[in-house]
Amino acid sequence: MELKRVVVTGLGALTPIGNTVEEYWNGLISGKSGAAPIKQFDASKFKTQFACEIKDFNVEDFIDRKEARKLDQFSQYAMVSSSEAMADSKLMESDPNKDRIGVIWGSGIGGLKSLQDEHENFLDGDGTPKFNPFFIPKMIVDIAAGHIAIKYGLRGPNFATVSACASSSNAIIDAYNLIRLGKADAIVSGGSEAAVTIMGVGGFNGLRALSMRNDSPETASRPFDKDRDGFVLGEGAGALILEEYEHAVARGAKIYAEVAGGGMSCDAHHITAPHPEGLGARNVMIEALKDAELTPEDVDYINVHGTSTPLGDISETKAIKDVFGENAYNLNISSTKSMTGHLLGAAGVIEAIACILSIKNDIVPPTINHFTDDPEFDSKLNFTFNKAQERKVNVALSNTFGFGGHNTSTIFKKLK
Amino acid sequence: MSDIKSRVVSIIIDKLGVEEAEVTIEASFTNDLGADSLDTVELIMEFEKEFNIAIPDDQAENIQTVGQAVTYIEEHAK
Repeated sequence: MELKRVVVTGLGALTPIGNTVEEYWNGLISGKSGAAPIKQFDASKFKTQFACEIKDFNVEDFIDRKEARKLDQFSQYAMVSSSEAMADSKLMESDPNKDRIGVIWGSGIGGLKSLQDEHENFLDGDGTPKFNPFFIPKMIVDIAAGHIAIKYGLRGPNFATVSACASSSNAIIDAYNLIRLGKADAIVSGGSEAAVTIMGVGGFNGLRALSMRNDSPETASRPFDKDRDGFVLGEGAGALILEEYEHAVARGAKIYAEVAGGGMSCDAHHITAPHPEGLGARNVMIEALKDAELTPEDVDYINVHGTSTPLGDISETKAIKDVFGENAYNLNISSTKSMTGHLLGAAGVIEAIACILSIKNDIVPPTINHFTDDPEFDSKLNFTFNKAQERKVNVALSNTFGFGGHNTSTIFKKLK
Repeated sequence: MSDIKSRVVSIIIDKLGVEEAEVTIEASFTNDLGADSLDTVELIMEFEKEFNIAIPDDQAENIQTVGQAVTYIEEHAK
């Protein structure tokens, strides 16, 4: 069976550095940090008191108040970013067969705030359970995909992907695979996360995973810098409309880029720590290149997982050197988490958008906050420190890795 | 308007996102005010909380209009 080609025909983003795709991209190439003191709850007793939160966002500008209160924040973010992508793609204007349009939506955690609020209510009472009927359907991870489908009447494949920080990359790869197998004409894919909550920040602090640079939030996310001290928690959402190539051409759709391939692997090593030699990361990039029928010299840009943790950045760099050899020195590498923070389950999709727009615009967004070289990293590698670089980008690869040892690598290329 | 009725009406306006004029004494939660089965369960819970009463499930099934809610609460509120 011949596999079909899959292209990207719509983008949506709600991020800590911009609430639309245009604002997000402008933030990326101008090197904007999204980190600031936490506003959503009183974090004064927390080890980490800052995060990359969404700014100037009023859900009622997008969703009717009655509907909005039935959605956890992660679903609200999903509705906003998927609406932007759907409008951008003009897919519904072509009167498509909605039985063949699906939604695959990732989130690492789902409705954490809803869980927290309901439990608080219970503890405040006398032990009589009075759980809100919307609690479970607000909290469960798959509900965002359900809400998006209901809004547009999309009756094709529909589910959630959950692989911690790789969740939305798994959504993109699953969508890509289903479309190329002919199981759907188009799929809304992506992911959202809203874990800047008491339990989210407290939990990640408990893991010793977060930066504690409270005196300078905007410089805290500093991947590949000698003084990096953990990731900065982010929140938000991103959406891609993936579409079968002939279907997109037939309706005269705008095409951003082609999905070239995807890889998946597991470290099978430790629940949270990466494999020290980057074994899973190496395997997943090899798998993605094979799937895309590309060689290491074809790749121009790698948007790394690069979370700004002491160990993760080292093992991923080792893996890149293993896979790309001498070609590693010709690549642009960058971690856009230096600007957005780490959106957990939504990281993969917003970084996929960074790759897609770098291909469209031939600009590589930077790794900001580089102050001090770390001898752990080969100084001949180009980490695109501090300033965006113009270069021809034909092929871009996005890595995302999640707790549990889940690894994904997704490759996009210019449409030819 | 009785105090109980005005409190019932404001809960309905808040939870169902409807206009005050729509919340007539005869209005049915599901047929007139756009509630689904989960909305109705939530309304009953809000009435329980607001008036500090417990409405057993078999009684809750009979509360389908604004008037039925007001009457039930008037009879049971402490």
